[in-house]
Amino acid sequence: MASNGNRDTARERYETREYDVLIVGAGGAGLRAAVAATENGLSVGIVTKSLLGKAHTVMAEGGIAASLGNVDPADGWQTHFMDTMKSGKFINNWRTAEIFAKEAPDRVYELEQWGALFNRTPEGKISQRPFGAHTYRRLCHVGDRTGLELIRTMQEKVLATDAEVYMETTITKLLKSGDRVVGALAYTRENGKFIHFKAKAVVMATGGWGRIFKVTSNSWEGTGDGVVLAYDAGAELVDMEMMQFHPTGMVWPPGVRGLLVTEGVRGEGGLLRNSEGDRYMENYDPERMELSSRDVVARANYTEVQEGRGSPHGGVYLDITHLGYDGIMNKLPTMHEQFLKLADIDISKEPMEVFPTVHYTMGGIKTDPETGASNVPGLFAAGEVAGGLHGANRLGGNSLSDLLVFGRRAGEGASAYVKESVHSSDIAEGEVLTEIGRVLEPLKKQGEGESPYLMQQELQEAMMEHANLMRTGDSLKEGLGKVLGLKDRLANMKVQGSRLFNPGWHTAQDIRYLIQISEIIIRTALERTERRGAQWRLDFDGPDDELGRVNFIVKKDEQGEVGIQKREIPPMPEHLASLFEDKVVDMAGGEKRGAESQF
Amino acid sequence: MSSIAAAWKRLPWWVEPMAVVFALTAFGIYSLTIVVFYPGVFQEYVSPFYSPEVGRPDWLPWFITAPVLILWIPLGFRATCYYYRKAYYRAFFWDPPACQAKAQQLDRPWARSTESYKGERALFVLNNIHRYFLYATIMVVAFLWYEAFLTVFTPDGFQITVASLLWFLNIVLVSAYTFSCHSFRHLVGGNKDCYSCIRGGNVRRKTYNFVSRLNTRHPQWAWYSLVSLLATDIYLRLMQAGVITDFPIIGG
Amino acid sequence: MDSNSAEQKDMASKAHADVHADEKAAANGKTAKLRIFRGDSGGGELVDYELPLVEGMVVLDAVLYVQAHQAGDLAVRWNCKAAHCGSCSAEINGKPRLLCKTRIEEFDGGEIQVHPLKAFPVIKDLVSDISWNYQVSKGIKPFTSDEQAPFTMYEEDVERLYEPKKCIECFMCQDVCHVLRTHHKHAEFAGPRFFVRNQWLEMHPMDNQDRLHDLKEDNGLGLCNITKCCTEVCPVDIHITDNSIIPLKERVADEYYDPAKWLMRKIRGNRGSRNGAAARNGSRNGN
Repeated sequence: MASNGNRDTARERYETREYDVLIVGAGGAGLRAAVAATENGLSVGIVTKSLLGKAHTVMAEGGIAASLGNVDPADGWQTHFMDTMKSGKFINNWRTAEIFAKEAPDRVYELEQWGALFNRTPEGKISQRPFGAHTYRRLCHVGDRTGLELIRTMQEKVLATDAEVYMETTITKLLKSGDRVVGALAYTRENGKFIHFKAKAVVMATGGWGRIFKVTSNSWEGTGDGVVLAYDAGAELVDMEMMQFHPTGMVWPPGVRGLLVTEGVRGEGGLLRNSEGDRYMENYDPERMELSSRDVVARANYTEVQEGRGSPHGGVYLDITHLGYDGIMNKLPTMHEQFLKLADIDISKEPMEVFPTVHYTMGGIKTDPETGASNVPGLFAAGEVAGGLHGANRLGGNSLSDLLVFGRRAGEGASAYVKESVHSSDIAEGEVLTEIGRVLEPLKKQGEGESPYLMQQELQEAMMEHANLMRTGDSLKEGLGKVLGLKDRLANMKVQGSRLFNPGWHTAQDIRYLIQISEIIIRTALERTERRGAQWRLDFDGPDDELGRVNFIVKKDEQGEVGIQKREIPPMPEHLASLFEDKVVDMAGGEKRGAESQF
Repeated sequence: MSSIAAAWKRLPWWVEPMAVVFALTAFGIYSLTIVVFYPGVFQEYVSPFYSPEVGRPDWLPWFITAPVLILWIPLGFRATCYYYRKAYYRAFFWDPPACQAKAQQLDRPWARSTESYKGERALFVLNNIHRYFLYATIMVVAFLWYEAFLTVFTPDGFQITVASLLWFLNIVLVSAYTFSCHSFRHLVGGNKDCYSCIRGGNVRRKTYNFVSRLNTRHPQWAWYSLVSLLATDIYLRLMQAGVITDFPIIGG
Repeated sequence: MDSNSAEQKDMASKAHADVHADEKAAANGKTAKLRIFRGDSGGGELVDYELPLVEGMVVLDAVLYVQAHQAGDLAVRWNCKAAHCGSCSAEINGKPRLLCKTRIEEFDGGEIQVHPLKAFPVIKDLVSDISWNYQVSKGIKPFTSDEQAPFTMYEEDVERLYEPKKCIECFMCQDVCHVLRTHHKHAEFAGPRFFVRNQWLEMHPMDNQDRLHDLKEDNGLGLCNITKCCTEVCPVDIHITDNSIIPLKERVADEYYDPAKWLMRKIRGNRGSRNGAAARNGSRNGN
């Protein structure tokens, strides 16, 4: 906790803080990891780019998936596991999915124990609603603000511990000693002061990177800091080509384009229609209709608009009017408010206009299912920034339970690692100052320079054009050219103003992450030459059985370039594989049918 | 109606507190004047101000008239009411006069300093007595209902006149105001955490929900009942003075 | 595969055709004018900005446009842009509002002044230091139950708790509350936000803590004079005064200001345990 100046040229002073576990990110996963680590008696520091309680978790609306079986007693972890694997097109880590499905109910009850309040069944249990591609009614919810309930509960839980929270603080680099991660360098957004965090272990819980696209449901925070920080530190990334497009984002007015319309609308019976009034999901997935998996519905919405059956603002219609005003105010009050206030539309009287929007990143840091450990000693990850659970497509409601199940496991894993380790968290002399110098560059640049805001817009438009939910090899290559061009121009960046709460300077930090991730996404998308879940190559016909048995692993190679390795998925053990025995035909059929009917 | 509300919102912030000052002061002066200086009982009906009738001991000073012996109850009920508290803290004490930044920046010349503010911790802690005024007011309201029925079931038989209609309108509004009270809401169910754990919980919950719905319009009931009280009193007073004759609707 | 590759490429690139809708909408030549506070703890001034008006634009859109094109270091907090997170609180024409929920059209071309929240120290431009709120939050006893989840709780027992649970912590109620803003009672007063939080904790059927003492002594419930500015500004329509503060005042009155109840307690023998209040209120816990 001592504050020490720099013994060197003393150009830049920084503080040093020391913790057993440093947690980067204060969404559901980071906070759950913090609770686990403090319960182990460790000292914990939490760093977040925003204020506490504002993380993207707050935007989750539909609910938290856990097989409690309160409404459908037939539900159990096995069906939840199977739904998750099927939806992920079997490139998920099956062990991760197994742990997930088994532990999700405990995490929900734990939330209740900590004060979270869910809607109730008449029997006084937690109520559960249906959701896309879940076999049973499985989503525990409270209206359409379940994420708010989750993060507020976790926030209040963490405030009651000794964990120290550094709000509005950005990590710029993970610091290593040998091959171990032993801390990180950060600056405060408020006044640009640098802090050297010494930590025996670091848990990454920074969320996704939807901001690489122009039309996204993500906030400014979703810039994928954690995945690039880990990549730079030598961590392996998995399934980076898999970006989820949520089928229903707002279309109009322009300012809110991409804003999420919860899947809960379809869960409560919302109907999708095109401009001709047809319930077109019949043509894409006649069995599950509107409640098909997100990748299928997103492509259906997209195709309807592309083929000229869209609404005036370029969307499709989502109709929930049959629920009536009272039903809507009971089950979807936030949506009602959102449309009324932002788009002058009363959803109890008129249908909504919706179109796919970038929503979630299935890929991320490759972690050990049991402990959340990455391949780099001392570095753990949980939540959206980690990959493996969701495979090629995430089921709605699985993200919130993911946060808690693996947030806890990463916290426990980091604690066990810290307790066993005896290493010091000292780093090489001068490393901190070198990094500080790099971070300050855009502020000190002389002469002409480029605006980080405009570079970010350029990147977002390039990714929107070339790496959308329908991809071709040629377009991806063109996009790669643009991204690499932007990468070369990073050094030109210049920002005006001082270090005092300067968003221009902050954006200049984010853009580096965005460009690096974009490059990785395009390169892996070029490798996966098939149609699988969220990766949909128009220049290839369907799923490729061989590619269905591998993950693409990304790791920084010795030249500092993006190294991609095809890695075989180990076969499922008997107790899991046998679950699918009766249903193998069905799941293959489902995949093929979806493919044929569209193209 | 909404356009009136919108127009009201567009007025300068000081209009509302000033209007409240005017209305409450006028009502206060009127009611005190009549109960102190004109404590008579009317011919056919009794003004709501003078109900219920009580005997007045002779040793009391002249200004403690019979109505004054009752009037402190509804007056105290309103003075400690959560809505009226808001109204007079804003209008009379300017704490704050309105919510806008400009209104809150104003100096209160009568305050020693901005830090001397005590809220409801010092003198106004007495407002916590509100519930006792509620209990007493419920009794007064019962008498008013009795009185209201006397206006239709007269010794001469059943009749309905404009005066009796006014009486009923007034007692309905006064009841709505009384039973939408926050303390009443607390008493019937707001003080319970779990309805399913207590005997009669379901009835408690339904009563609580009903009172809660009434409670959302508590300020409106407060003003409507004030106006109806005044209107009934004036009508009856004009009748007594012979200016107007009561208009019979049925019977009479 | 080759024959239709042109078509495929067309299909892939059309996806962003609609992305330029905002630029198109802006081409109507209309502009929006904003006066934004620029400055820091040492003071500052209102600066005029003009920008292309887009249909349906909210004040946050305008501020972000200014940031991207005219003033790169303009400080503003925002996250979800959907009124779910409560980050973009500021004062528009003297009233606390969410920037993301306030439409430019609402002002009919009239003046739009944007200031930071003033009840807290200004850091820079539209950003204030609201960390005090988190300190208050830390001081409130967390939810504690003797029972083990899963709880059996019925909708009818918890339905009134959904309202306080909607709070998005925008802290605009704290900003507008004169007890903090005018009278600077930060040391003795928790503010409306934390009465809202205390309300659901106090009324939760499974919570076993007595919160009334803290409310009266530490959180300064008595300083609130129920003048309702907090309720007027709440962006998620929580009836803070009527449904949170007054019910808590009534419960505190039960415990501390009701002579009959005090007498009853004396006669029955003081159940002075920490669970006393909870037990009396029919909580499942503490009896």
